[in-house]
This record gives sequence, C-alpha cells and structure tokens, in this order.
Amino acid sequence: MMEKSHILSILVENESGVLARVAGLFSARGFNIDGISVAGTLEKNESKMIISTYGDEQILEQITKQLNRLINVIKVQELTDDESVVRQTVLVKVNADDSTKNEIFRIKEIFEARIVDVSRNAYVLEFSGSAKKMEAFIELIRPVGIKDIVKTGTIAITRSKK
Amino acid sequence: MTGSKILIESLLKEGVDTIFGYPGGAVLNIYDELFNYRDKLNHILVRHEQGAAHAADGYARATGKVGVVLVTSGPGATNTITGIATAYMDSVPMVIITGQVPTSLIGNDAFQEADTVGITRPCTKHNYLVRNVKDLARIVKEAFYIASTGRPGPVLIDIPKDITSNVAEFDYPESIEMRSYNPTYFGHHVQILKVVNELLKAEKPMFYIGGGVINSNAAVELKEIAEMIDLPIVSTLMGLGGFPSEHSLFFGMLGMHGTYAANTGISNADFIVAVGSRFDDRVTGKVDEFGRNAKFAHIDIDPSSIGKNVKIDIPVVGDVKSVLRSMIEILALKSKEIESTQYKRMKWLEELNMYKYEHPLSYKMTDIIKPQYVVEKIYELTNGEAIIATEVGQNQMWTAQFYKFKKPRSLLTSGGLGTMGYGFPAAIGAQVAYPDRTVFDIAGDGSIQMNIQELATAVQYNLPIKIAIINNNFLGMIRQWQELFYEKRYSFSNLNVNPDFVKLAESYGAVGLRAKKPEEVEDILKTALSIKKPVIMDFVVAQEEGVYPMVTPGSPITGMLLV
Repeated sequence: MMEKSHILSILVENESGVLARVAGLFSARGFNIDGISVAGTLEKNESKMIISTYGDEQILEQITKQLNRLINVIKVQELTDDESVVRQTVLVKVNADDSTKNEIFRIKEIFEARIVDVSRNAYVLEFSGSAKKMEAFIELIRPVGIKDIVKTGTIAITRSKK
Repeated sequence: MTGSKILIESLLKEGVDTIFGYPGGAVLNIYDELFNYRDKLNHILVRHEQGAAHAADGYARATGKVGVVLVTSGPGATNTITGIATAYMDSVPMVIITGQVPTSLIGNDAFQEADTVGITRPCTKHNYLVRNVKDLARIVKEAFYIASTGRPGPVLIDIPKDITSNVAEFDYPESIEMRSYNPTYFGHHVQILKVVNELLKAEKPMFYIGGGVINSNAAVELKEIAEMIDLPIVSTLMGLGGFPSEHSLFFGMLGMHGTYAANTGISNADFIVAVGSRFDDRVTGKVDEFGRNAKFAHIDIDPSSIGKNVKIDIPVVGDVKSVLRSMIEILALKSKEIESTQYKRMKWLEELNMYKYEHPLSYKMTDIIKPQYVVEKIYELTNGEAIIATEVGQNQMWTAQFYKFKKPRSLLTSGGLGTMGYGFPAAIGAQVAYPDRTVFDIAGDGSIQMNIQELATAVQYNLPIKIAIINNNFLGMIRQWQELFYEKRYSFSNLNVNPDFVKLAESYGAVGLRAKKPEEVEDILKTALSIKKPVIMDFVVAQEEGVYPMVTPGSPITGMLLV
C-alpha cells in the first residue's frame, strides 16, 4: 500500500493531559507525527489539534480508530488537500545588509511575505502558505543567509461546498 | 462532606461492596473514613499492592462487576502498574484509586510522589487527577461508567491528600452524558445480515471466539446459534468457558499451543467469524497465512480491533451478545435455508472430527507425575465447575488444554500481558466474591513465588484456595524454548533453590501437601478439597515435560510440533 502524508483534524475536550494522551498514543503505537498545532476553538471546553502524519491507508485507519478510543477525543477527521485550505507559517530571520536588501524585497513581493521586524543588519520575514510554497520560499531566501527559522505545524480547514 | 466520605459514599452508590487495598500516608484520611464503613464495605488487606490489583481483577473477571483497588501514592501506585496493565490487555473492568501528595506539593518531588496519571496513561482506559473536591463524585461516576461499558478496562483516579479532607456538598449524579464517549452496542443490520448469509453459503464456516464472548455475557447466545446451524467453534485462551469444552461442536483452543483440530480446521475453513477476539500473534502464528482459504467477518465492540492485524471482509462493530441475538433472529426466519445447507456443514464437521480423532491432546503416563495428569484430575474432581486461576507459562497452557471449562468466568488467566504472579491473587479475588465455590490456582514453582506473600491474605480472610504447584524446579516454558530453539542451553532457567512449599504453607498458617508419585495425586487433591483452609499442593512433576502441540514462532499455525 502507498505511504503518503495525511492531515488529521482532531477535536478534543480541553482537559489537562489531553495533548500527552494523543502524543503518547502516536509514540506507543509507532505512528509518526510530522507536525502538530493545537489551540482552543470558539467553544470554551474544546481544542483542535491538527496533526500531520505519514503512512498507508491501513495505518491511517488504525490511527483514526485508536484516536477515537481516547475518552477525550470528540471527533477525528481527515483533511485532504483537495477539500481543504492548508497553511503553514514560517518566521525567518535573514541577514539584511546593502548587498541583500534588494533580493529580500524582491522575494517578499513575489511570495507576498511580510517584514515584521527590522534591525540594522537583520529582517524577520513572515510567510504563510501551503507546504509546497513555503519550501519554495525558504529555498529562495536561503542564499541571503538565514540566521534563524521557526515553522508552525500545519493548520487546515475544510473548504465550503461549492 | 469530606472528600473521603464523598469517595466512599460514591462507591456505595455504584454498588461496590468489596475493595482490595493497602494503606499509606496519602490515603490515611480515606482509610480513617473507611473505618466508619466497616459494616458496609468489605476491605481486603493484601500484602503487596500488586496483589490488590490482581485480586480486584480476579474479582471482576469472576463476577463481571467492577473490581476496586485503593492504594497510596508513589510506590503504592507504581506497585499496581503490572496489575493495571494486565487488566488493560485483557479488557477487565476496574477502578483504581490512588492517593497523591497534596495539591500544593505536586511537582515538587515530594515524599512518595510519583506522576501516577502520567505513568498509567498508556495502560488505563482513562485516568483522572482530581483537582477539586467538587469534581470527585462526578469523576467516580464517570470512572465506573467508562470502566464497565464498551470494551471494558481499568480506570484510575488519583486523589491528592488535601482533596480527601476538603469539604463539598455530596450530590451524586444520577446519569452522565459524555459527548466524546459513546460505545456502539448494536451492530449494523446490513452487516449482520451479510454475516448470516455468508455463514449459510459457506462450505466450511467456523467461529473463532475470544474474551469478548465472556465480557458481553454472550455464552447463551453463542450456544444457541452454534446449535441452530451446527457451527464449529474454536476459542482463544481468553474465550475458554464461553462455549462448553465438551460440546461436540467445540474443537478446542487455537494458536501456539492449540489443538491439531483447531489449527488445521481454521486453516481449512472458508469463512471465519471472529467473535470478540482480536487476532493476537499467539493465535494467528504467521499472520499472512492465518485462515488463508477464508473470508473473514469480525464482531467486536472496539472498532480499532477490527482490521488491525488481518483484513476483514465483513466488519461488525457492536456488542457480541446483541449482534449474536440479531443473528439468531435472522436465522430463525431461514429454517428452510438452514436445512438445505446443513449437509455441507455436516461434512465439514466430519472433517474436523477426523482431525480431532487423528491427533487428540495426549501425554504418556510414567512413574513420575505428569503435569497434564494433575490438571485432568483437578478437572475430574471438580466436575469442571471450579474457578481456575493460572499463572503464566506451562501451567497456564496445560490448564487451557486439559481443564474442560464448562462455564464462562471460570478461567482467570493473564492472556494478553502474560503476567507471572497473576493467578494466586486473582484466585483470592474470586474466592472473596464466591466464598462457597471451589477456587484453584494452578501454578508453576516459578510463578507462585512472584506473589507468594498473599498467602497471608488468604489465611487472614480464611479463603480456602487450593494452590496446585506443578513443580519441575524450572521455569518450564523457558526451559522448553531453550530445549527446542537454543540447543538445550538452559541459561538461567533452572530454579536450583526453591523453598520447601509444604513448610512454607505451614509457616503462613496454611496447609501444605506433597505428591511425588502419580498414585498420590488423586488422594492429595481429595484431601485438599476437604480442608476449609488455603492449601498448597506441591506436585513434583517430570522436569522434561513440554507443552504440545506447539507452533514454532513465526510459522503458520499448521506447522505444529506434536507430542
């Protein structure tokens, strides 16, 4: 069976330890977590976890079933690329001297990134987009000289039916 | 009301009348309150917290009720871990209450502090740390609900000491609704219909039953459906007792030490229905070849069990009892079809009976006691109606093979985790639940020493448990593997020094008996059965005896070493 990446949206009760339960389940059963992001929803008692994982259909089925076994898990849903908007955000601190500034601005324009912090010799750029675009962005900005880089886990939401 | 009182009142609301425990600093408030409830709540004081966990487990398996444990923080809690993991693997309903250091000290490396909720997260169905005394009653209610419904399992409640003295109003919830926990009890009708149709269509259908039959109390339904259409049954270790072993439709246990008929049969079946079983590696052998000629249906209350190890053609998520009941109702309307297809199943039964006849379970008598003979005699003298606990190893497999279980909840054995030291405390739990029934622990000389301290518990509460030690002065199953797969290099499996088990029994105030020759076995057993006290019987058996048939690890289950 074909192994590929999957994005799971997991609605959980916002109780202490729930992240440990979910993360513990992945490690105990030998499933992978490529990325994770967690935050509250509009409901006070709920959180949503978006987990990027990897495996064939059978593994994905097991992950989903095992997650549903956890008492604090309310709902598990796979989000496919076609039917969802998928985003990751990256903050990159780059060298910004006279020789690189033009290139930074050019890349910023092309990718619609933003400069969110400026100092004498460094800029912090913020870019948000699909994983693919983000990779392209990082590749292009790399020659400028990356001092530091931080990425969020993937977040995703289903598209409305057309 | 104090937290301690709320806890005990909540237990009473849940119908708890017996708990197994051991006091310690963090639970002293609870124990002090327990003193006021001596008449209503029977507390069994064990000698090691592991014993409490296994005893509550044995109590739960024998009765179907939730077993309850009460221990202190830190080492008290960690000592129960093996017992909790054992119950989790075998889906046993339990509630474990552990003390915790006061809320203000949590995370401080306080005296007798351990992160109990963290440690037990992977081996409980769910667990709680109580942070406010106001939540206590609700949490107890939820814990019992979660432990006993769906696929049962242990639930742990960790209670900091200050919570047990803090005060709140006692208001026990009448009912609960948990949005994120709703087990499916009723199977999907279309799926059930498919299973029934396939059963009648198949040339060689077979039920492969597991612990789910016991857990859902489905033995009556199982017998009814089997007899309705002459359906052969094979069982896992955990399913034994779910179908009468002496029934003509029963072909024994399957798997690593399964019968020739069961293993050959399931390999030739063309439609296998897994009923509350989970395709464990000890059952399937080489999994790709398990049921290689068959279509599979799987009835299980836990969706994650379905399709985990083997691809399933017809999954049915639901309670075994309810699903079998639906199948019976559908079959009741198909008597013509049953009749017209019966010849196929008769032919199939003939084939299976031939396997049974060709290679029955057997052993050779000599002038040294054979372990199988001991088990057979126990079976005869108890008429197959005793509650039998086992330890783990050869003793466990010989019991599974040679004690012909008639009824559900009469075999208490650690199937999933394979916990040595389980049997004796589990027998204590069962005997506490049923003071008038005959309860045996069939043990090895290795296993019995893993929780032998509980002999004091058995004597204190006058529990007339019969411990039959199959004594070969070896870790027998290890010895067997070393003989077969490690060129007889018996690396550290020889128990050169064992206690004198007769004297050991006597020193605890129990009775000790010993048999060295086959002709003594029956008399010793009869004597033991006539004594209303805990009895240890030391059966000195043939050292080289192995458990057969045996499927070598990694082979398909048709690859059996026979006697």
